Amino acid sequence: MSETNGHDVQRNFEVRVLRQAAPGRQSYWERFHVQQGPDMNVISVLQQIAARPHTVAGRDVAPVAWDCNCLEEVCGACTMVINGRTRQACSALVDRLLEERPGQIELRPMTKFPVLRDLLVDRARLFRALNRVQAWVPVDGYYDRGPGPRQSPDDQQEAYPYSQCMSCGCCLEACPQYTKIELPGREGEGEQALATREAEEFDRGFLGAHAIGQVMLFNRHPTGGTIAGQRLDALMAPGGLQICGNAQNCVAVCPKEIPLTTAIARAGRATTVHAIKKWFDV
Amino acid sequence: MSKDRVVVVGGGLAGLAVTMQLAESGIPVDLISLTPVKRSHSVCAQGGINSVNDQTRQLGDSEWKHLDDTVYGGDFLQHQPPVKEMAYWAPRIIDLMDRLGVTFNRTTEGFLDQRRFGGTLYKRTAFAGATTGQQLLYALDEQVRRWEAEGLVHKFEFWDFLGPVLDDDGRCRGCVAQDLVSMEIRSFPADAVVVASGGPGLIYGRSTMSMVCTGSAASRCFQVGARYANPEFVQVHPTAVPGADKLRLMSESARGEGGRVWVPRKPQDDRPPREIPDAERYYFLEDRYPEYGNLVPRDIATREIFSVCTEDGLSVDKDRLCVYLDLTHLSRNVLDKKLGGILEIYEKFQGVDPREVPMKIFPAVHYSMGGLWADYERTADGGLQPGSPVNQQTNIPGLFAIGECDYQYHGANRLGANSLLSCIFSGLFVAPSIVNHLQGRSGGAAEELPAGFFEAARNQHERAHQKLLQRRGGTENPYLLHQELGRTMTEAATVVRENDKLRRAISNVLQLRDRADRCALSDSGNWTNQNVVFTKALIDMFPLALAILRGALARDECRGAHFKPEFAMPGLTGQTPAERRQQAEAWCERFEANTKTWLKTTVADYETGSRDVRLSYEDVDTSLIPPRPRMYGLVGAEVIEEVWKERISGVGAPTAVAGGT
Repeated sequence: MSETNGHDVQRNFEVRVLRQAAPGRQSYWERFHVQQGPDMNVISVLQQIAARPHTVAGRDVAPVAWDCNCLEEVCGACTMVINGRTRQACSALVDRLLEERPGQIELRPMTKFPVLRDLLVDRARLFRALNRVQAWVPVDGYYDRGPGPRQSPDDQQEAYPYSQCMSCGCCLEACPQYTKIELPGREGEGEQALATREAEEFDRGFLGAHAIGQVMLFNRHPTGGTIAGQRLDALMAPGGLQICGNAQNCVAVCPKEIPLTTAIARAGRATTVHAIKKWFDV
Repeated sequence: MSKDRVVVVGGGLAGLAVTMQLAESGIPVDLISLTPVKRSHSVCAQGGINSVNDQTRQLGDSEWKHLDDTVYGGDFLQHQPPVKEMAYWAPRIIDLMDRLGVTFNRTTEGFLDQRRFGGTLYKRTAFAGATTGQQLLYALDEQVRRWEAEGLVHKFEFWDFLGPVLDDDGRCRGCVAQDLVSMEIRSFPADAVVVASGGPGLIYGRSTMSMVCTGSAASRCFQVGARYANPEFVQVHPTAVPGADKLRLMSESARGEGGRVWVPRKPQDDRPPREIPDAERYYFLEDRYPEYGNLVPRDIATREIFSVCTEDGLSVDKDRLCVYLDLTHLSRNVLDKKLGGILEIYEKFQGVDPREVPMKIFPAVHYSMGGLWADYERTADGGLQPGSPVNQQTNIPGLFAIGECDYQYHGANRLGANSLLSCIFSGLFVAPSIVNHLQGRSGGAAEELPAGFFEAARNQHERAHQKLLQRRGGTENPYLLHQELGRTMTEAATVVRENDKLRRAISNVLQLRDRADRCALSDSGNWTNQNVVFTKALIDMFPLALAILRGALARDECRGAHFKPEFAMPGLTGQTPAERRQQAEAWCERFEANTKTWLKTTVADYETGSRDVRLSYEDVDTSLIPPRPRMYGLVGAEVIEEVWKERISGVGAPTAVAGGT
């Protein structure tokens, strides 16, 4: 319990936040004092700052912007870089963080996505990748057709970890091959035109480990597998599997412990077989 | 039809279900959500989804029994036709979700596995580990993404719904929403608007709900004339883990898989829990409710946990109220396969392994049974007329409500694992109703209305927004006001309700509401301004908070989650069979009188002038299953039941007692 390590330093700690007013603007550090209480996580730290956005330097500033929702590490929204590590703010407990680094917590936005403001980033590219690999089961329709295909409990246990992927982006933040794509709007460019240009650019960029995991999830599913070849084609296209440098950071940072490197290895074999088959089909 | 558009507000299970179904019918949908839809609050649902299945059927279960359990558990406050329709649809919904690839747990042979949940004696609940809501949501999210790729769905994520747009005839012709990043305010012409915005948990400050669950979308509909029903019925979940920012849910499935709730018999026994021998543990739910044990309906489990701590003084800890939820007698392997998700949450947030040490839990605000009033068309056999344009429609034509923000399915208390069902069901079921609503529409499509019509609506919201941004010299802090609102609501309108406290809470909330008019913004910018968005949501909490409190104050009875000790009907105390028999007669008499007075839907209307709510009452359709006393664990239940059966079958001439009252 927090009461037991009752040093004054720990009662009141400092939070350093890397802030940015808007896309394209210069980022800067700002420091806040936060009062330590029981059961605190980084979300409650940010809530305290929002209620009284007053810096260590004595200035009243705009509250820090950040993204969060479920606060129990199942929605993926509150991912940020905390004390140098990409993770969810909700499950980052203050007591632990202060054990790691006494007296101070450092918060930065993820670096692989465009910053919208402060700790809030735009992860549209991440969701776009799910389109690229058709991460869905292509059912005929939603009329009643009886139950789905029977599956063994082993198959379910194998698939389940992949289906827990909450699109948080940790695996992308940690990946050396996943680099930021940020397109400033051009003069006179409409919203639609920018969106189209952005989508094209995203579709050339690396898919990332999460999307490869989803390919393996849906390709293993009896109905999902009917378009397995199309998903493997997507993995073999520019920005696909070949970009992976096998650094294995993704699996190390995944908060849901999804076996991403296993997925990547299997995807490697599957694409090779797929390529050979295609060779003979021609 | 080609010009028709539908706006769906909210991308949880209900919103995604209707979106995917409309898209399949070829209708374009604008989907507005505060958060990327994949991050909606439905991900927090853990335990499972109910349906009669092949196995329970052979044990005597049926759709009718699912209906019966649901209305009995809900203390008969629901209209029965929608519940009946839902129970009969349930098996098809499980099949569909199974086809969509949900990773439901499997039996050895590969069938769906089921577990038992509260308020039923059958194993009806299909589940995917302990993250069933997440898995179901993802399956629908994937289908909607597929339609997005086809160009039929346009998502507006990080957008805030500011309110419906009504024409001179009071019909809904679209809505106005705001981009939370650029702060742009835009109107969305639509021929139907479907609100699927979830519950209003943040009115209570901390609850098990997610941060987007402010209730603002429902409140904004309420404030322009949509009626709000049964606001006072708010479920307090028996088992949650207290935290500084949120009260985290610990699923009922923990008890469904064999978890036991207990406290040490010796108050605040400081031995480690596993060293306390069985004889010195008080398994109070099993003791008091031998039939259902740890799986009594939620309202009852909550009250028992609350009272064992507050009245019996048996809280595990001295400085905070909690009881043990114990899984340590179960095998690790089973726990990991069936409950892994929630055990990890406990471990991550509490730093203790619940497979080794009993969890410490306490009740928390969890779900709103009440919500926007919505209609339905009844068939002769007591179900719903599929495709009827009135299904799920609010009193504002063209404005529909589904999911947690509609009031129809759970009455006075929701059974566990029925919410995922009601969300998906109402989403799927409303789609053909909307199609027919569009076809039956008189006049042109919303898109053909003069541009000035929508411009005016947009400008009205723009002015309000600018006025708030430019407010100078405010003295109140919206975050601190929110904390006060949360405290007030939690003290007065959760487990135990007393009229004095409710009256004080109302005057408190009225003051807070007026103080919120003097909020100072710490950010007056026009880019990703979360401060102004939060302040708006706070301002919109007051109408619903008042509806909850006024509904609770007016309702002088106990029903489901609404418990007023002053009006409780205690069990029988008589010593002799004759005495007990006489008391049972009087008990039934009082029950019938109470049913006559209070088996009514509370309907709240918002009054713009006073900025307060007005209540009225509507009869409930109980034509399928006549209301009967809910007697879980009541002392003398057998005698009451006997007397009750005689009365309804006309035997035993109830007039003998009736004369006296």
